[in-house]
Amino acid sequence: MKTSILQKSDSFYDIFTRKGGMQLQSTHYCPGCGHGILHKLIAQALSDFGIRDRTVLISPVGCSVFAYYYFDVGNIQSAHGRAPAVATGYKRANPDSIMISYQGDGDLAAIGANEILQAANRGEQMTVFFVNNAIYGMTGGQMAPTTLIGQKSTTTPRGRSSQNEGFPLRMSEIIATLEAPVYVERVMLTDAKNIARTRKAVRKALIIQVEKKGFSFVEVLSPCPTGWKMTPVNSKKWITDVLARYFEPGIKKDVSEDRQPLIQMRPQPHFNQYHELLDIKSLSDDLQGIPLPEIRPVSDDIKIAGFGGQGVLSLGYALANIAMGHGYQVSWLPSYGPEMRGGTANCSVKISDQRVASPLIDNPSVLIAMNKPSLKRFEPDVQPGGIILYDCGLINTKPDRTDVRILGLRATAEADKLGATKAANMIMLGAYVRMCGFLSEDYILKALPLIIKNKAFYTLNEKAFLRGMAMANGSI
Amino acid sequence: MSKVLIKGNEAVVRGALLAGCKNFFGYPITPASEIAEAAAYYFPLLGGTFLQAESEIGAINMVYGAASSAFRCMTASSSPGISLKMEGISYLAGAELPCVIIDIMRGGPGLGNIAPEQSDYNQIVKGGGHGNYRLITLAPNSAQEMCDLTMLAFELSDKYRNPAVVLADGIIGQMMEPVEFPEPLQHIPDRPWALKGTADSHHLVCSIELEPDRLEEHNQKLQAKYARISEHETRSECIHCEDAEHIFIGYGVVSRILHSVIETLRAEGIKAGLLRPITLFPFPSPQITAFADEKRVKSFFVCELSAGQMVDDVRLAVNGRKPVHLHTRMGGNVPSVKEIVETFKASQ
Repeated sequence: MKTSILQKSDSFYDIFTRKGGMQLQSTHYCPGCGHGILHKLIAQALSDFGIRDRTVLISPVGCSVFAYYYFDVGNIQSAHGRAPAVATGYKRANPDSIMISYQGDGDLAAIGANEILQAANRGEQMTVFFVNNAIYGMTGGQMAPTTLIGQKSTTTPRGRSSQNEGFPLRMSEIIATLEAPVYVERVMLTDAKNIARTRKAVRKALIIQVEKKGFSFVEVLSPCPTGWKMTPVNSKKWITDVLARYFEPGIKKDVSEDRQPLIQMRPQPHFNQYHELLDIKSLSDDLQGIPLPEIRPVSDDIKIAGFGGQGVLSLGYALANIAMGHGYQVSWLPSYGPEMRGGTANCSVKISDQRVASPLIDNPSVLIAMNKPSLKRFEPDVQPGGIILYDCGLINTKPDRTDVRILGLRATAEADKLGATKAANMIMLGAYVRMCGFLSEDYILKALPLIIKNKAFYTLNEKAFLRGMAMANGSI
Repeated sequence: MSKVLIKGNEAVVRGALLAGCKNFFGYPITPASEIAEAAAYYFPLLGGTFLQAESEIGAINMVYGAASSAFRCMTASSSPGISLKMEGISYLAGAELPCVIIDIMRGGPGLGNIAPEQSDYNQIVKGGGHGNYRLITLAPNSAQEMCDLTMLAFELSDKYRNPAVVLADGIIGQMMEPVEFPEPLQHIPDRPWALKGTADSHHLVCSIELEPDRLEEHNQKLQAKYARISEHETRSECIHCEDAEHIFIGYGVVSRILHSVIETLRAEGIKAGLLRPITLFPFPSPQITAFADEKRVKSFFVCELSAGQMVDDVRLAVNGRKPVHLHTRMGGNVPSVKEIVETFKASQ
């Protein structure tokens, strides 16, 4: 003869201590409430399956806010409606944990409707127990998203009206329409038969998670005698006669037989691989042994401007990289915010032998202008004694300034001759390097392929750079 | 160690991973999206998690969940997104969970614009969520510090069981500078309080306490912690302050501009110095108070990309002993060196 010993699940604490003050009872749930029954079914399952220690239960905001009083597992109390997001965060960080998101109707279907839908839709490996009692219990009987039409609550004193409050949400049916969820069932805590069904659903939902098959959702119609102002006996009858008519019990979706377990393999690189994996690679690592000129007192504030697509930003990036390789302090700042108007792009490059103070340039010492609006805009700002390099093939007016050195280059036209308009920026780079005199031609030729990594442009960039240097020769 | 020319926003992600961060939960927003994009690429390579959440609220609550475990986690956003995260941030502070939040500030209020502002000062430093809480707040002013202070944020966050924020502006995020990256941290401090999925870690993470006496006790414990943080973790940088008669104060990109300002003024023979808060909470009030007590210091000059938020803390520290002048720009505009120099001269 089979003997079974009825005893308290070890997933419950041995003693429910009185919390004192406002809470004199040993459990905080009201007489006739369904939470206690559901708690017991879950606790039994956790112990029976041997998953108690790796279980983390999320206590929501609502009557079950203190679920952690009872469950001897890992417990997280979360913000209103956010339990599925909190469970997602914990589970993603700890894939072997068992996550239970325990939520009420206001928490899950009103303030947390997005969180539950998104977690369900991602197929998070978690089990959701959704206690639907058609009312806000904790806050004292206000309307829930599942409150029935005509049902009175403290915020629907004349009964819920569909014109004013809309219709009760059938969450199980909504979730069952999604691709990812594995198992969705609605059950009710009314009589022995239905409690046995609930027990079965609880266990099935948890097993699906143990087997790493995905997201499961059990909606539990649960009595709230206090909120409904009914006796516990009448409350159960009301579920059967009224609530279950609108929220029909039954399996809404079950693909648990077809789903394969999700086994994730995560790479575990050694610490000494981190820099390589993070693309932390310095230019100077590859260019060791190239003799570099001595650092000179330099303070160049270079503004590079033109149309988007002229390679203005990459010219600045190349220049900053090269100067850094020489041992100078540099900064590179792209046009950002209010400066980004009218399809023009510009960047500010600072090169100095001292720490770079402001990365912003109010008055450039060098202006490289690739189009007319840029020349017009920045010409007046150039420091007296500074340099203006401009594409005189594209810009049909000459700069007016007489207190700066001006060099017009037909950069784009020359680039076209070399075979690619795009290389105009490298012609400008060559011209700048020739004029500034503190950067090594040899170093740049070796560095360019490492900076502008598109192999198709290696030879072209080199030619364009050298052409730019030659074009600037006459102006030195 | 050699240097890499890199954007501040990308240095944040490298720094986080080198600090042992394993989990990133984010939501796209300009000008912080590069952080999420780089995280999406690099976190899985190192065995970590990247998840684009359904909302900023989802992201911060995923952080709340992950932070309850033994692993480091983070999120990044920009001003309007940070406003949405405030509920979760209050919970993280209440439950004393370590995590790092990056805020690349943009123009507000409302949708504002995507240009740089510093108008999140009050919501981050004074608390934008409910309750008496503080966030460790670090204010980088270079790409190097975007890496270094992100790593420090993880360290302090674990040390004090408190969320830490890296508060930067769009320029510091978008700017490229040479960065030296350290070797990865190999040992993360143990979290004896965390939920680890073991028989001896049936802990509780929560911020609820119905008993007024106990909640008051919890609050007092938090306040004592904030006092400890203030005592031990205040950081600032001074440039040319030794003989300065006028102390300029600003953080983030403003401190870089002010650096140019004091050099300009010094070239004209005016003894100007720069005090740059690196921690905004704790605020370097003792340093400022000490300067206010120095006889040679004649005035303070605060510059910020907000209507005058940080200046309140400067005024409290100066406490009326010396004049405190303020220059502000808003809406995404950044002051020029010349403009600040002129305002300063007019104030004297």
